[in-house]
Amino acid sequence: MAEEGVKLFGTWASPFSRRIEVALKLKGVEYEYIEENLTNKSPALLNYNPVHKQIPVLVHNGKPVAESFVIMEYIDETWKHNPILPADPYERAMARFWAKYIDEKFWPAAKKVLVTKGEEQKGVIDEIQQQMKNLEGELKEKKFFGGESFGFLDIAANIIIWLVVAQEALGMEILNEEKLPILHGWLQRLLNDAVFKECVPPKERHLDFFKVKFGSSIASK
Amino acid sequence: MGEEVKLFRTWSSSFALRIVWALKIKGIEYETVFEDLSNKSPLLLQYNPVHKKVPILVHNGRPIAESLVILEYIDETWKQAPLLPKDPYERAMARFWAKFGDDKVLTSIWSVFIKQGKEQEEALVATMENLKFLEEEMKGKKFFGGERIGYVDLALGYLANLISIFEEIVGLKIVDEEKLPLLYSWMQDFAEAPIIRDNWPPREKMIVKFQALLDAAIASSSSSS
Repeated sequence: MAEEGVKLFGTWASPFSRRIEVALKLKGVEYEYIEENLTNKSPALLNYNPVHKQIPVLVHNGKPVAESFVIMEYIDETWKHNPILPADPYERAMARFWAKYIDEKFWPAAKKVLVTKGEEQKGVIDEIQQQMKNLEGELKEKKFFGGESFGFLDIAANIIIWLVVAQEALGMEILNEEKLPILHGWLQRLLNDAVFKECVPPKERHLDFFKVKFGSSIASK
Repeated sequence: MGEEVKLFRTWSSSFALRIVWALKIKGIEYETVFEDLSNKSPLLLQYNPVHKKVPILVHNGRPIAESLVILEYIDETWKQAPLLPKDPYERAMARFWAKFGDDKVLTSIWSVFIKQGKEQEEALVATMENLKFLEEEMKGKKFFGGERIGYVDLALGYLANLISIFEEIVGLKIVDEEKLPLLYSWMQDFAEAPIIRDNWPPREKMIVKFQALLDAAIASSSSSS
């Protein structure tokens, strides 16, 4: 029996499942959202992603796809209007390159900066600032990484918002607006976008999330 | 002025092999630039300032880094002998397994090679779990790509050579023919396939290189304990 339709397994605070929400909403695809509890994963999730047992998982007509960038490319190839990736192969390569950079370099550093102290933390902050400068080099004069409207790399870069909220919650300064003016401008535009702003965690709840999870490690400095 | 394609690589880089295979399978003419990573050329640093690594593909003066990104670029730019399947779901599965190879399989196999004692035992267990998923994926197929070599074969293919080198150096079986029969025969079929078989790095040189890496790792771990 084939299941019709689209389902998304995610969590409210995961930047990875939020990426998929952006892609689906941008394309106007109707979907059923299933909020997972990662401390008590559903049998459905474990069945759909036995390899990683993680969210997000997109299920389309009963067939599961896991890994956020893989899902985003699948969505772009299945629903062709409002394209997420650019048409030109070189531009596509650049979007994929920088998206990979964000997940493989920025994301580990962003997690590390919240649990380190003193000199070690300062080193990670410097690393993050440099990473953001590199990203600014890719953005340059453009409104979004995708050009006039946001695309694959803008969606991938959503994790930066998580660090912005975390630093506010914990009274830290990691992404400095003065040092990263281009990035700051881009962030404001992204957060003002009608589709995009529906796909970030509710601010107050997100601030509380960071305070609860990391607050004590900061207080003990 | 025709197309200008250059590949920056080292003699032993497994990731660069992916690109060599892809270019040759598609019959694309290209120039190789061999790098010495202990003395990186100004061009390498200019073309990949973020990671300063190989492989880098330069097409008509424009550089692309990260081997899986390069593979997709090659497939989208030169449409003969396609590497990825046509169907979006099949493409998603191919991308998923290539990423699994890099994120999980390579990591666990490297740990089997470089670690000792309990850590090595644990790495072997993790490796078996990972390889079982690949074994499952091979059911009913000659290659991961089906009848022909495809994207996933190129992404995982270096294992067909490197695993036997690791097994020889550490004296442990990683892909046992009885436990992982489909993967075992894939490794033979892939390693012997046309184009693939002509481009392996020299085996003796690889053994010397990786033995040296292992010796250094053992030396540094015993001096710090």
